[in-house]
Amino acid sequence: MRSDEAIISGTGLVKRFADFEAVRGIDFQVRRGEAFGFLGPNGAGKSSTMRMVSCMSPRSGGELRVLGMDPDRKGPAIRARIGVVPQQDNLDLELTVRQNLQVYGRYFGLTRKEVRAKAVELMEFARLTDRADHDVQPLSGGMKRRLTIARALVNDPEVLLLDEPTTGLDPQARHLLWEKLFQLKQRGVTLIITTHYMDEAEQLCDRLVVMDGGKIVAEGSPAELITRYATREVLELRFPPGDQHAAVDKVRDLAERVEVLPDRLLLYTEDGDAATTRAHDRGVRPISTLVRRSSLEDVFLRLTGRTLVD
Amino acid sequence: MTATLDRPTAAATGSVVGAWRAVWLRVEGRWTWYRRHWTASLLASGLQPVLFLAAMGIGFGSQVRPGPLTDGVPYLAYVAPTILVSGLITVGVTEAGLPVLSGFKWKQDYWAVASSPVSSGQLFGAELVWIALRLTFGAAVYLVVAAVAGGWTSAGALLVPPIAILAGVACAAPVMAFAATTKGDGHVFAAVNRFVVMPMTLFAGTFFPVERLPLPVRPLAWISPLWHGNELVRGAALGGLRWWPALGHLAVLVALLVVGIALGRRAFQRRLVV
Ligand SMILES: Nc1ncnc2c1ncn2[C@@H]1O[C@H](COP(=O)(O)OP(=O)(O)OP(=O)(O)O)[C@@H](O)[C@H]1O
Ligand SMILES: [Mg+2]
Repeated sequence: MRSDEAIISGTGLVKRFADFEAVRGIDFQVRRGEAFGFLGPNGAGKSSTMRMVSCMSPRSGGELRVLGMDPDRKGPAIRARIGVVPQQDNLDLELTVRQNLQVYGRYFGLTRKEVRAKAVELMEFARLTDRADHDVQPLSGGMKRRLTIARALVNDPEVLLLDEPTTGLDPQARHLLWEKLFQLKQRGVTLIITTHYMDEAEQLCDRLVVMDGGKIVAEGSPAELITRYATREVLELRFPPGDQHAAVDKVRDLAERVEVLPDRLLLYTEDGDAATTRAHDRGVRPISTLVRRSSLEDVFLRLTGRTLVD
Repeated sequence: MTATLDRPTAAATGSVVGAWRAVWLRVEGRWTWYRRHWTASLLASGLQPVLFLAAMGIGFGSQVRPGPLTDGVPYLAYVAPTILVSGLITVGVTEAGLPVLSGFKWKQDYWAVASSPVSSGQLFGAELVWIALRLTFGAAVYLVVAAVAGGWTSAGALLVPPIAILAGVACAAPVMAFAATTKGDGHVFAAVNRFVVMPMTLFAGTFFPVERLPLPVRPLAWISPLWHGNELVRGAALGGLRWWPALGHLAVLVALLVVGIALGRRAFQRRLVV
């Protein structure tokens, strides 16, 4: 199998709910073994897209191929080979950790013996072995999330779809999960991830698309997108809310582009420190200044005129 | 790390199982849940008809003298078959209501199934089979208890459980379809119980003949599935069942089941595949 083969491809993909178009004709291709991201704000159509790819939601228009098959005709066959982590956990809270894994595994045609062994292995993976025979109900949110992810691995999926895998996790749990996902990727599992965390996208994704309002507005690797849509550095000038407008004209020519946010100005420039000095020379007196590298957040702001996370 | 992670990429281990096996695997999942929580639902599925038998057949029945109203048999023998039908219909409708809505809405385990190779139609089938199994268990317990109490007068009693289970499942199927289309928080099922199941239990020939009802309301009893079930079981247990009416009653129950299955499969598909 060629490693650059498209394991999933969408062409002009549309999802309509009644007369509302949630996904408005998107084109994308995911290669075998890569980590592919859908980045976008609330309501962008990420989950709708994920649900179509996971063959749980029929497309309203366009073309879609998953593992070379048409979800409309081969839904069960595709689902047998993928793993789905939904945005909201749907574990059986009245079963134990172990039973959740075993029962779900059986739906994939695994034998009792296979699911018993698999459950042990996956509880180790999710670091829930000590809770194996406890009810799921009282587990913490992060533990439940880990169990949901472990459950999606019960059939050794070739493609793992993760809809906002780390929402609600504390920073430590997030990093732990990133590490696990990275291990899966090294094993050759294709990862598809939605997120509205830029750091997550930058850490995990080889390639990503930025979605907004049901459309793809940009595509590339995190580094490519930053080079294409932002400058090397950003100077952030923080003002008391409202005061930032007065300073805009004084700094406009110091940067390639200036973004006005409710409490700050963002100056996109190749040299942040130089811009800081010159702004000061012109009598601009912000509460604080910060020079940082551009991130996907800046890409998103550029593309949509909005911040991704408030 | 673990063994999973050391292995090179391999094909996924999941596969699509045959339709009936898929149904069975889901039933097995239900059984796993039931083993853990059976005490909570025992009263509903197993004992409810038995309690009715004790109260109405044995308690109240001791005050009723055999006569034309009871086809000439003791009241216990008169109501033993019909109480099972009415009890299983009540349990079937209850299990088909709120628990099914919960599968979509609160427990949400149906969504987990939807992401596996098991289809929405197979899920529906499994939930119905699961209800049928619960009813079978209740019927078996009842058969024995009623025998000990002296409620059976002939070998025809052995036909009572299968007929009662059919009636219960036939009522459960359309209610499952209804539950799958319900968006609210399930108060509607209390109304179903109050305005459909309860009156049916009281007036569809379970405790006294429908002929005692005022003529204008009698058709209401005739269109109820419970009445058809009652006519069948009473005829089977006490004798006197004639072929053509029997086939007619059976046809009504089977038709209800078939329509319920068709509607239920469609409703599950519409709710899950969006
Ligand atoms: N079942 C549905 N019926 C009607 N509208 C829906 C349905 N599911 C999603 N939508 C609408 O489609 C749009 C896209 O929703 P979607 O869940 O795909 O967004 P998202 O990018 O995943 O957002 P979030 O970051 O909040 O999860 C939203 O406007 C949403 O209201
Ligand atoms: Mg979403």
